[in-house]
Amino acid sequence: MATYYHRAVQDIKDKGFLSAVTIITIALSVLIVSVFALFFTNANNAMNYWEKGVRIIAYLKPGISQKNFPDIKRKIQGIYGVQDVNFISKKEALKRLKEQMKRQSSILMNLNENPLPDAFEIRMIASSQRGEKVEEIAIKIESLPSIEDVEYGQKWLERFTNIFYLFRLTGYAMGCIFFMAAVFIVANTVRLVIHTRREEIEIMRLVGASEKFIRGPFYIESIIHGILGGITGVAALFITFKLISSNIKPDFKYELLNIKFLSPEFYCGIILCSMFVGWLGCYISLKQFLKA
Amino acid sequence: MIDGKDKSSIIQMFHVHKYYGSKKALVDISLNVFKNDFLFISGPSGAGKSTLLRLLYLGEPVSEGQVLVDGMNLSRISRKRIPFLRRKFGIIFQDYKLISTKTVFDNVALVLEALGKKRKVIEKKVRKVLRTVGIEQRINAFPPSLSGGEQQRVAVARAVVGLPKIILADEPTGSLDSNSADIILNLLKGFHSHGGTVIVATHDKELIRKAGGQILYLKQGRLFVPTPI
Ligand SMILES: Nc1ncnc2c1ncn2[C@@H]1O[C@H](COP(=O)(O)OP(=O)(O)OP(=O)(O)O)[C@@H](O)[C@H]1O
Ligand SMILES: [Mg+2]
Repeated sequence: MATYYHRAVQDIKDKGFLSAVTIITIALSVLIVSVFALFFTNANNAMNYWEKGVRIIAYLKPGISQKNFPDIKRKIQGIYGVQDVNFISKKEALKRLKEQMKRQSSILMNLNENPLPDAFEIRMIASSQRGEKVEEIAIKIESLPSIEDVEYGQKWLERFTNIFYLFRLTGYAMGCIFFMAAVFIVANTVRLVIHTRREEIEIMRLVGASEKFIRGPFYIESIIHGILGGITGVAALFITFKLISSNIKPDFKYELLNIKFLSPEFYCGIILCSMFVGWLGCYISLKQFLKA
Repeated sequence: MIDGKDKSSIIQMFHVHKYYGSKKALVDISLNVFKNDFLFISGPSGAGKSTLLRLLYLGEPVSEGQVLVDGMNLSRISRKRIPFLRRKFGIIFQDYKLISTKTVFDNVALVLEALGKKRKVIEKKVRKVLRTVGIEQRINAFPPSLSGGEQQRVAVARAVVGLPKIILADEPTGSLDSNSADIILNLLKGFHSHGGTVIVATHDKELIRKAGGQILYLKQGRLFVPTPI
């Protein structure tokens, strides 16, 4: 085993350029695939965050007396799936709006009448926070006589989900393509090395070397290429990520997209995967070009 | 091989034929080599001497007939066991077959590495054998920078370093002056005197005369009954 390793390392040094090309190709594949992965984990996090924030806003018809509010609230509360109901008065709504618009609040200053309706903000229990459940509840609320209109983010969320799935599919396809490209590059490197070593391999066989002895260094070499490529790729990703996230304004970063770097399990996975790429490329090439 | 009553066979060939396509390289060869024989196979160029040696270590498969080597039936041997067959032999190839990208040391060490020997043991043994063949001072040279005679000595060193049972030497003195040829012959004799079996394919009559072993003649692929020179 030690001599195999020794021979493999010697070989990587001898074939510097070829090794470098192999490692860089694997690194690029890793980089591209993990950029996708990074995007998905973050998009997924954002989706979960937004889904948790799903609410229904029910606007009251104008002119409904304040006396009826508790009654309406109780009715809404009675609908299955509703967790809590908050009353937002038109005054409160205007105040929130002014807060949100900060600098442009002067536009709202010279309103002599508040144009906003009174509303209820409804939150759902966890199991009712998805898709058609929200819609169901919204329809029930809308059918109440004192409710004018309801608003919920479902349509928008659904469209986003569809795009997200499409992206994810593309991501998987890209992952497959780059995986195959990396395997192909390793296989090709091994093929070239086999070719330049034809004579040497033949002589080794003639002096009684086993196939294990002959093939061992090829595997070790390819697996080392895989690991180095994986590490380089992850390192490049990390650096890119640091550069990007330090350039994003903090409030945008924290509030909209809470960008996270990939988990340690993910790096290990990536490096293991590139190791496997090395092994597989080598296996394919040896099977094809090193017939006994 | 003639008076081998209480000696045991190490190589046996039974009605062996070898064809290269339609060309008959060997025709109906039967022979019996005993342990510790020193055997010459002689004959003109193209007679099939190298081919005969190649059949023994499965460098080529036989076309017909059976070959037994030290208890192994070569027509039954699995691919995995071929290295074990080859380790029984130390082979000096007609064209040396040294690895041009490895140093003299590494070329010889290869045999021991393949046997799984420890680095220290390899170092010691390789140095010793290179000293014996008188090429120690070129230990870090690459084969292409060596003269034909020097390469041949490296080939001999590689053949003996793994302590094989049988040495197959194909024209071991082909490119040597008589002085260097004597060195090689003495090495082969030394190996023989330690109980090894030696088979030499050569048309070097001088070598055969000096060595004084048994002789077989090949002509156009046929084996002839030994006749005194
Ligand atoms: N791989 C091969 N393919 C086709 N024909 C071959 C092959 N090897 C040898 N031969 C033919 O078989 C015959 C015997 O060849 P071989 O090399 O055994 O002769 P030899 O006795 O060793 O000759 P020399 O003394 O020149 O080395 C020759 O006619 C040769 O042309
Ligand atoms: Mg020959």
